[in-house]
Amino acid sequence: MQKIKVEHLTKVFGPHPEQALRLLDAGRDNAHIRKTGHAVGIADVSFDVGEGELLVIMGLSGSGKSTLLRCLNLLNVPSRGSIFVDGEDVTRYDRERLLDFRRRKISMVFQHFALFPHRSVADNAAYGLEVQDVAPDERRARAVEALELVGLKGWEDARPDQLSGGMQQRVGLARALAVKSDILLMDEAFSALDPLIRRDMQQELASLQRRMRKTIVFITHDLDEALQIGDRIVLMKDGRVVQIGTPEEILNRPADAYVERFVENVDMSRVLTARSVMGRAREVAHPQDGPRTVLRKMTEGSDTSMLVVERDHTLVGAVTLDALDAAVREGRQNIAGLILRDAPSLDPDTPLADIINLMAGWPYRLPVVDERRRLLGVVTRPRVINALAQSRTDAPAEPAERSANA
Amino acid sequence: MIPVIPKLPLAHGIDVALDWLTAHISFVTKAFSHFISILIDGLVHGLLWLPPWLLIAAVALLAWRAAGWRVALGSLLGLLLLWNLRLWPATVETFTLVLISTLIAVAIGLPLGILAALSTRASRVVMPVLDFMQTMPAFVYLIPAIPFFGLGAVSASVATVIFATPPTIRLTALGIRQVPKDLIEAADAFGSTRRQKLFKVQLPMAVPTLMAGVNQTIMLSLSMVVIAAMIGAGGLGGVVWRAIQRLEPGKGFEAGIAIVILAMILDRITQRIGRSPSAKTAK
Repeated sequence: MQKIKVEHLTKVFGPHPEQALRLLDAGRDNAHIRKTGHAVGIADVSFDVGEGELLVIMGLSGSGKSTLLRCLNLLNVPSRGSIFVDGEDVTRYDRERLLDFRRRKISMVFQHFALFPHRSVADNAAYGLEVQDVAPDERRARAVEALELVGLKGWEDARPDQLSGGMQQRVGLARALAVKSDILLMDEAFSALDPLIRRDMQQELASLQRRMRKTIVFITHDLDEALQIGDRIVLMKDGRVVQIGTPEEILNRPADAYVERFVENVDMSRVLTARSVMGRAREVAHPQDGPRTVLRKMTEGSDTSMLVVERDHTLVGAVTLDALDAAVREGRQNIAGLILRDAPSLDPDTPLADIINLMAGWPYRLPVVDERRRLLGVVTRPRVINALAQSRTDAPAEPAERSANA
Repeated sequence: MIPVIPKLPLAHGIDVALDWLTAHISFVTKAFSHFISILIDGLVHGLLWLPPWLLIAAVALLAWRAAGWRVALGSLLGLLLLWNLRLWPATVETFTLVLISTLIAVAIGLPLGILAALSTRASRVVMPVLDFMQTMPAFVYLIPAIPFFGLGAVSASVATVIFATPPTIRLTALGIRQVPKDLIEAADAFGSTRRQKLFKVQLPMAVPTLMAGVNQTIMLSLSMVVIAAMIGAGGLGGVVWRAIQRLEPGKGFEAGIAIVILAMILDRITQRIGRSPSAKTAK
């Protein structure tokens, strides 16, 4: 289902937009038009956003991505082109219908939060409902609900300036969620946060999105972020669309040299996940096995540890070579007492960067398990090094396996 | 040779215009004057009817709640001194004049300030007028005020309003314009009407700046009220004016100190009102 459809959208700033549009039509470039005192925000941009899709618009500063986003709720009035939302051309709305559109259908989260400092957290979250004249009790209840959703329960009566940056942006998010609009516009929403908090927020957005399936248009200048959260990415340069595609398509088939240069510097350890680097666990041990049996399996696999699973492939833990040796000398019957049950395990979506961190403190192979702790595969050091080495060369090895469930 | 250009009849023109206005609209201004003078007299009599100690206690209490115990103690001692110097009635008269002038100035200045902030065109008209109002020597306003409003307190307060309104207009406009752009965008993005944006975002956020303007208006009113004593406004200014005419420096200083005390009390209290609870006006 198509939620938003943008057709040939153009926005020029300046005293005589028609004049600048004529120059654009004549094929003049942005630099030429700038000399006439006009600025091209975006030129002839077309794309669509599916219902429940998270579309990332990505570009460097000055690429027109913010201008484009502000066209979608008509904070910027497009100079030409149309925007269809649920089949209606919103650029033709009169004042009344525009207000209604902004109140009920589309909401926005801002880069620098844009919270109202004179209002409490709850009153901030309730702002959108207040302008709709929702009764005070109901809007309070809905604001509290939205704040709970973003993990800010108990902060309702605080002032925005008492909150950290990450928490302030949660309020910004709650304000947008409280109106229950179908569409969420996020303008560099996480760019002002420090990296650790940013990662948290990205993950939270992903988990909120799994539950709510909103149509989200997310702007960022950070390609890693775009690859991390986007279902599809629109890459922009100088107000024009350079490429539209899924993260894999953009990484594997850059449309031109510009995109290629962009993609070159991607931190592959953020893009690759456990799923894409794991191998099959050829040999596994069972708790009932005797130590000699396990040792024999191991020499075939030439490793210093082995994963232990139940018959139904549920992960139990790991045994190490040293422990097995000792057990053989002591004449133990089975390995049940040797199993390291608190050995770390990975989720298939764990990024490579986190795996590398884990490996620093755990010298053995790492199991990848599903949500029921069934063993899916193993990640070993050689595989990690291999994946990183391949991604450094021109043809990315396995990023195509990047899961589509982001 | 430089040809002699005859002097432009500017003064004559202004006189003719003022005469015409006096002849044709003074019945309106006189009626207005009548109304205001009843208001002023009523307020003065009311306040003087109350025992001074009660009023002093009330002011000290207000100062304590608004600005802390230091200001409260200062107000208490200052006002007791004024009472002791037998300047109480004059102080009340001056205070009333300041109060009425400030109320009128804010009633005019606030909407004009909002207008100037929201419309560039209005701002282009209003700002030069403000320059004119503020730099024209205050005495000049007194001369035409008399034919329109008669001698006395009303003329004084009209001149005072002209002189004291500009800071309220300017700082209201400034306060509204200073609201960060992204907050305006946020208000728009959620579908606020212009009225909602003004009352829920722009004005509440302008309150601290706006109150600084009101504070300036009060201070200017106070200084003008003294000058206005020349056209019979009475009050502390009247005491100073008499002291000048009779060459009694002691009495002049007494009244001067009284004005300073009154100014400090008004200043400290209104400054705090602007700062501390500025936020709580979320409605």
